[in-house]
Amino acid sequence: MEFQLTEAQRALQEAARKYAREVVRPKAAHYDETATFPRDLLSTAWELGLLNMAIPAEYGGVGLSHLEQVIVAEELSWGCAGVATSIIANDLANLPIILHGTEEQKKRLLGHFSERLKFSSFCLTEPEAGSDVASMQTTAVRDGDHYVLNGAKCFITNGGQAEQYTVFATMDKAKKHKGITCFVVEGRPKGLTASKHENKMGQRASETVSLTFEDVRVPVANRIGEEGQGFAVAMATLDNSRPLTAMFSVGIARAALEYSMEYASQRKTFGKPIIEHQAIQFMIADMAMNTHAARMLTYESAWLLDEGKRNTLQSSYAKCFAADMAMKVATDAVQVYGGYGYIKDYPVEKLMRDAKLIQVYEGTSQVQRLVIARELFK
Amino acid sequence: MKILVTAKRVEDPESKIKVKPDGSGIVQEGLKYKINPFDEIGVEEGLRLVAKHQGEVVVVSIGGKEVQEQLRHALAMGAHRAVWVNHTGPLDQLAIAGLLQKVVEKEKPDLVILGKQSIDDDQNQVGQYLAEFLGWGQATFASKVESLESEQEKNKVPALVVGADGKTVRVIREVDNGLATLECQLPAIVTTDLRLNQPRYASLPGIMKAKSKPIEELTPAKLGVDVTPAIQVLKMSAPPARKAGIKVADVPALVEKLHNEAKVV
Repeated sequence: MEFQLTEAQRALQEAARKYAREVVRPKAAHYDETATFPRDLLSTAWELGLLNMAIPAEYGGVGLSHLEQVIVAEELSWGCAGVATSIIANDLANLPIILHGTEEQKKRLLGHFSERLKFSSFCLTEPEAGSDVASMQTTAVRDGDHYVLNGAKCFITNGGQAEQYTVFATMDKAKKHKGITCFVVEGRPKGLTASKHENKMGQRASETVSLTFEDVRVPVANRIGEEGQGFAVAMATLDNSRPLTAMFSVGIARAALEYSMEYASQRKTFGKPIIEHQAIQFMIADMAMNTHAARMLTYESAWLLDEGKRNTLQSSYAKCFAADMAMKVATDAVQVYGGYGYIKDYPVEKLMRDAKLIQVYEGTSQVQRLVIARELFK
Repeated sequence: MKILVTAKRVEDPESKIKVKPDGSGIVQEGLKYKINPFDEIGVEEGLRLVAKHQGEVVVVSIGGKEVQEQLRHALAMGAHRAVWVNHTGPLDQLAIAGLLQKVVEKEKPDLVILGKQSIDDDQNQVGQYLAEFLGWGQATFASKVESLESEQEKNKVPALVVGADGKTVRVIREVDNGLATLECQLPAIVTTDLRLNQPRYASLPGIMKAKSKPIEELTPAKLGVDVTPAIQVLKMSAPPARKAGIKVADVPALVEKLHNEAKVV
């Protein structure tokens, strides 16, 4: 076992930390307040290669290992979880192509992302199909050398900015998850419309929209995997992305911990800094301990992927533990700040709002427990 | 054009620096290190010149195996290759300048860019020694008036401009009462001041590419330099802790104290 990062991993961490500290942090409150799209921050992120971490080098990406990706993800989320979510959205949308695309598809559909700033969206969730993916209502019907897509998707990150969409649709509702197929829609074809940006509680810098597909035509060449393989493609994608969302929680928790330590050293009650009160010390000790535990679980789940091993159980451990942990740590940070913590001029209430989303997206904490139990009794 | 730049490994100023109780040095445990910020500015300036005039940027560092981290940082920013002078143990400024002289004689660069000083011991000597040893012209404290971050400043003439014939360099320097412009014959030594440029970020692809860029290993013995220090650090001590201030009752009391105690008005 090796419990230290390599020199290159530390360099990646340092690069991401610098971006988070100098580029993201100064504008995080602004984008949270206005809920506008942080194009300038994402443009710098693209220049640094952060939008294409998962794309292998032979297709123009950075080709980071999963462990390296989560190391970077912690820093991004430490800067702002909303910005981090918008950054990772590209890799999430591209993962089905990376994992299941043909050589020709990888070259054609991934190459552009390193040539210019271009957004891509992962379109799985529907109003009636979140955790229950098999209830998908969006349909795909074969018509010559095309498929015709009809339906609605919701909670789509960067959906209004994207120029490529990885869409899951069913070819036969009766077949449940065996009817689902994965497609890549290029550009913004006729019939594809995006709603306005949702007014979210947290991670407000990350754009979230609903999409409507009305007779959207996709060439057969853009089908990822075989007909009916879409569910497997989606699950493999989520096995890959769960460590990243787990690490977003760690980034939020570390920010909450640091802010709490700083504030507790300055704020005085009963004649001494509150850090000298044991009640505060114990809260901060719990915050630090749980943040680190979540980081270790996440490293392990990413390392398993790099070893080519199945990580379903460990990635659910990591995602579930880390998300619940970040919610608790951020809530405690607000508690350490007392009344000021509840006020938007201070940075910790944002962390609490941002953390909540991680218990919900990419598999709720309840679904993660379901997966864990299922894996344990296998 | 070939540009040699230095990359010294220094303590990260964001780390908490503590002096050892016996005064023999600083506590190294738990410290973070980075490239000397003035050297990083030098790397950036070298990369900008090479982008304009072709050629390569060679980065050099002196120290134990750990300085490879700083060399890789410069390589990740875009430097082409690195030279590592492997030496552990204390080195004084004369020894460093002596080693760099040999590296310069071996590499034969058109220009050497060094940080004006390193932020650990703030000596500000190596660039000047090196110019003397080589018998080259020197332009220290290359600078600009304002931060390069403003659009206006970006469009201004750069502080380092290579002459049309490629034989001279014009350098804007920061001096006590403003800016001085020097013209130097190449090859020359330039040291960087803070406001010369804003170093680029190392990109992720840059970091991945840096892994496979070559680092050549040299030693003081191979270079034929005796690095026995002429200067010995006898003792280090932390600056005295700042005393708490006092509050004065009114303006006359303040003026009285400024006049009689501080003797500034």
